[in-house]
Amino acid sequence: MAARRVNQTLIYLVLIIASILYLLPVYVVLVTSLKSNAAVSLAHMWNLPAHPGLSSIRAAWAQLSQNFGNSFYLAIPATLLSSALGAINGYALSKWRFRGANALFFVILMGLFIPYQSVLIPLLRVMDTIGLYNSIPGLIIVHTVYGIPITTLIFRNFYANIPDDVLEAAKIDGTGYWGIFRYVILPLSVSGFVVSAIWQFTQIWNNFLFAVSLTNPPNQPVTVALVNIAGSQTIQWNVQMASALLVSIPTLVVYIVLGKYFVRGLLAGAVKG
Amino acid sequence: MAGVRLSHVTRRFGNVVAVDDVNLEINDREFLVLLGPSGCGKTTTLRMIAGLEELSEGNIYIGDHDVSQLPPKDRDIAMVFQNYALYPHMTVYENMAFGLKLHKTPKDEIDKRVKEAAEILGLAPFLKRRPKELSGGQRQRVALGRAIVREPKVFLMDEPLSNLDAKLRTQTRVELKRLHQRLGATIVYVTHDQTEAMTMGTRIVVMKDGVVQQVDTPEGIYRRPVNQFVATFVGTPPMNLISATLTSEQGRFVAQVAGQKVALPEFLTPGLKSMTAEAMTLGIRPENIQLLAESDVPAGHLPVAGVVRVIEPLGHEQMVYCQVGDNTVVVRMDNTWRGQVDDNVVLAMESDALNAFDPVTERSLLTHETPMLA
Repeated sequence: MAARRVNQTLIYLVLIIASILYLLPVYVVLVTSLKSNAAVSLAHMWNLPAHPGLSSIRAAWAQLSQNFGNSFYLAIPATLLSSALGAINGYALSKWRFRGANALFFVILMGLFIPYQSVLIPLLRVMDTIGLYNSIPGLIIVHTVYGIPITTLIFRNFYANIPDDVLEAAKIDGTGYWGIFRYVILPLSVSGFVVSAIWQFTQIWNNFLFAVSLTNPPNQPVTVALVNIAGSQTIQWNVQMASALLVSIPTLVVYIVLGKYFVRGLLAGAVKG
Repeated sequence: MAGVRLSHVTRRFGNVVAVDDVNLEINDREFLVLLGPSGCGKTTTLRMIAGLEELSEGNIYIGDHDVSQLPPKDRDIAMVFQNYALYPHMTVYENMAFGLKLHKTPKDEIDKRVKEAAEILGLAPFLKRRPKELSGGQRQRVALGRAIVREPKVFLMDEPLSNLDAKLRTQTRVELKRLHQRLGATIVYVTHDQTEAMTMGTRIVVMKDGVVQQVDTPEGIYRRPVNQFVATFVGTPPMNLISATLTSEQGRFVAQVAGQKVALPEFLTPGLKSMTAEAMTLGIRPENIQLLAESDVPAGHLPVAGVVRVIEPLGHEQMVYCQVGDNTVVVRMDNTWRGQVDDNVVLAMESDALNAFDPVTERSLLTHETPMLA
């Protein structure tokens, strides 16, 4: 009993120290963004703001609002599209085991291992040729395509848990490939879509490389704009921190709202339900 | 409703022949049971009738239509699965209505049929629940209901009772039989449980290794099995198989069992004439033997001496395992019988109930003309 209590105390101690280490930078971002530019200094960076105000957040919003719009315009359709395609792929690969399904799945998975840097130049040429360079629709296509491997993986494993009997019952009840998808598979896919959506939204929202390579102002997503704020001669640290804070809010919200389904979805099938 | 005909139906998986040249005529309104051990091809046969499995060879007809190439939805069949296969996101009502909706049945007609089926199956209070809020027995009834509302030509059932506990299984068995009588439906039912087969089937098809062994009424399967496999697969405990040597005395066949002579009944003679070797196997069910004193053996019974080895009391009856030479013979006695292990007893075998097998081919030596009870 005593040994167990000591163990528990140790675990909690380690966890508390780890979380303090992780949260320190967040603390600095938070307090700095509430200070005025004049109040920011290396000496007082750990202090709470003497006169907390929202002026830096307002300044950051003024600079970023259009890019925020771009990011939403990018991330929402790309998330939905790549999730939908992943669901269709996963359905076909897990439930209609056609000849070569496993080989095809392997090829799709290979997409996960392609470093983005290696495809940048050809990608740029392609987008230019089809006239979508420097546009959000172009970025939507790129992120949709690069999302397919992971969403396919998510949905294939998710659908493996739906018993084949249920699909066969639907076949006998009188429907086919798309009918089963529409009436049986999709209604059972909610947690699959949640996992896929959280993952894809976070990836696409935070992506910098494709965004900086394929777009110029004013078509850039917020990640690129955030770096641009830091790029001028004198850095307004309070505005910089406030911007970082603003940019991180959407992914936080997505995770907080959908998070409880996320773990459930990731674990689905890991243990017999 | 309609009959089903299977003509030279074969299914191969790679080099494995799962179903081998099955020919079956299933009559309209018949309750046909496919019975066999796991891996005998009975489920594959059912799935081929359903259209869930392709045929490697042969044809399947439902009514007069060749449905061999049709998808399941165009075959006008309904199926009840072993694991119920209910749609987890739909209520009981929606589960039953789904097939009708897909077939564009008018709403009030759907409502009428679903409520009728729910009434028959005692599901009326649960129509708004989802499958996971139901017990196993209730889920099973929903699966049945989903089939009933479709009013199909043929019901296909794949071990529908095997996930229920023993008590519920017995109860549902009776309900199924009643349902069959009430609907007058053609049912093809797959099971490995001989009790289900015996109690519900109008006819039974016994399968082994993809090959049909025997198609007969439950009584025919039980009393006159065509081979040793059927004889021992059906019945608990199975039919006793007693090895014997065949001789002939004054034109009558006599079997030597552990040195004792057993004069075989007349009705076995035609079949025994074909035997060239001396070895044969006698078959007799445990309830067709009585343990008696030598002087009490009545007419129509053939006595053999043996020793009691094990007594298994089952409450309403007892199983007595006797040794006769090298053979162990099980005798089913009622619970009033009193005996001890190591007692010397006389086993009086009902001669009408005897079966004879060729020990090499394991096939029955009875001819088609052999009456059920001679």
